[in-house]
Amino acid sequence: MKSRLSIDIAKSLLMARWRQTLVAAIGVTFSIMMFIALLGFMTGLNIMLDDLFVNRTPHVRLYNEIEQNPNQPIKNVTIYNGYYHFISSVKASNSREQIYNSAAIIHTIQKDKRVLGIAPKITTPAFFTEGSARISGVINGIDVQEENRLFHFYDYITSGSGTDLKVVPNSIVLGKVLAEELLVYIGDLVYVTTSTGEVFPLKLVGLYESGIRDYDKVQGFTSITTAQKILGKPANYVTDIQVKLNDIEQAPGVAKEYSHLFGTQAVDIQTANAEFETGSFIRTLISYVVGITLLIVAGFGIYNILNMMIYEKMDSIAILKATGFSGRDVKKIFLMIAISIGLFGGTVGLFLGYLLSLLIDAVPFKTASLPTIETYPVNYNPLFYCIGIVFSLVTTYLAGLFPAAKASKVDPVIIIRGK
Amino acid sequence: MNGPVLEARHIGKRFPDQMHIPVLSDISFTVGRGEFVSVMGKSGCGKSTLLYILSTMDTDYEGELLIDGELMTGKKSGRLAEVRNEKIGFVFQFHYLLNEFTVLKNVMLPGLKLDKYSEKEIEARAMKWLDVLQIKQLATKMPNQLSGGEKQRVAIARALINDPLIIMGDEPTGNLDKKNSNIVLDIFKNLSDEFGQTLFIVTHDPDFAEHTSRIIEMEDGMIIHQKNSARR
Repeated sequence: MKSRLSIDIAKSLLMARWRQTLVAAIGVTFSIMMFIALLGFMTGLNIMLDDLFVNRTPHVRLYNEIEQNPNQPIKNVTIYNGYYHFISSVKASNSREQIYNSAAIIHTIQKDKRVLGIAPKITTPAFFTEGSARISGVINGIDVQEENRLFHFYDYITSGSGTDLKVVPNSIVLGKVLAEELLVYIGDLVYVTTSTGEVFPLKLVGLYESGIRDYDKVQGFTSITTAQKILGKPANYVTDIQVKLNDIEQAPGVAKEYSHLFGTQAVDIQTANAEFETGSFIRTLISYVVGITLLIVAGFGIYNILNMMIYEKMDSIAILKATGFSGRDVKKIFLMIAISIGLFGGTVGLFLGYLLSLLIDAVPFKTASLPTIETYPVNYNPLFYCIGIVFSLVTTYLAGLFPAAKASKVDPVIIIRGK
Repeated sequence: MNGPVLEARHIGKRFPDQMHIPVLSDISFTVGRGEFVSVMGKSGCGKSTLLYILSTMDTDYEGELLIDGELMTGKKSGRLAEVRNEKIGFVFQFHYLLNEFTVLKNVMLPGLKLDKYSEKEIEARAMKWLDVLQIKQLATKMPNQLSGGEKQRVAIARALINDPLIIMGDEPTGNLDKKNSNIVLDIFKNLSDEFGQTLFIVTHDPDFAEHTSRIIEMEDGMIIHQKNSARR
């Protein structure tokens, strides 16, 4: 049978009961709308939470751990080869935390096509002196410009200026909580004691707020040259090399490769933040489950309405069959009815879902721990819209399948003779 | 082209819950081209049951049924639907138009299903039959705006759209008043005389049967009497 004829008949049956059709379509519309808005909102929050860490965390970090030399002298004694060696109280052999030959490493990494950028860094424990009390913390010597380009450093400066850190010599940015504890304000001098015992006065030029209180309580940032100066180290002294890749998924492989190539430790972001991966996966899963549940409920609505429609249209089905429409034709017509409800309801749902997302996106959302966020975050991933429309079609098709099969089995003799 | 339009060979039927009482037993007859046959009998004699078996809609029976020389018994439902579409036109006791479509569209539907002619041609043919049945002016109306007699005439036009081999009617005048019954009867007679249309009509109205060329009388599921009418 020509499809046009089926479409024509399906359309007429639908329009004859347009109110019912509308109710069914509204059910789908509502589910799709909620599906889009919910998923957009949930993943928006997810991405925001992930970004809190991912934006600030290098994809691969190269560093030197203080560790015992795996080649102990006993290994060189040939007669003990093949024996298991028990050695007590092995001491670390490398006193230096720096990455050897850092300039060459940086040079090599910069040539790697997979790398978006690198930022060398010096991390060193330090004491911040407040009167007679000394608060322990960490000083990060950073390449301010690269740090900002790759890890959005300026975003987290809530007062003062990030650029000053680069321009003003002997300057420091402190975590907001740390500054409060030290009772220092922008322009004040902060006294820093390094692990080697020397005291340096540094000028406070900005406050840093990451949203994680424990982190803000111990962090201080200086330029990399200032850090080298307080530590009394040469200009090639670097303890960490932070690498940001074009594709975050490549991080584990790259980390392994660099570790082997440069003979340093290398950790990838997935290993360092495994719990985050799990958390965001579970949250996404929950939103999908809720969305799909909504669609299934809508599917039952369509099933009901189609079932009712078939009882109402028994006469019409019987007459169609008597005049030569086969069971398959009738089934096709009812499936078309179901799918057109899904298509219409789904499309409107996508649109309304988008509007609802815009609405959520406009609601102010300010919290002290998230300084960069102004409104509720929403993710407008086109994938959700594709899933939404595909799923609305699949659900309505499945919902229509059973009633359509029933319609195709209607026995015209019983209907016609029953009158 | 000269074989019988419809041939029944020893057709019998029992309902599953009353296996010992046959509804139909050993019905055999043929309908030739151009014949106007009526089946008479009291209600419950099995004449409607027979009609639905002959129409291929009821497939649960014993014996064999041939339409246009083709054996219908045991055929797949898809093929039976094609046969109904192409070779059989139906007129029921109740109008059985689709209320969702206009009169014209109702008439056109079986034609569109057959897909032998273009939509334009089908529409022209539908209008021709509506004109023959003198209801051309109703073409754009919806079925629920029509009177009973008019609906039945639309149903006849629909039955004719595919130039069927045979028109089957199940008490086509049973639900109509005398005046409309006569109109429908005149139409059938006209179709038979002028167009040589084969008709097979089940009725319990003796006046109606009087005007047909051949009467088959049934009682208790059996043919008791066949006679050629006085008309010819």
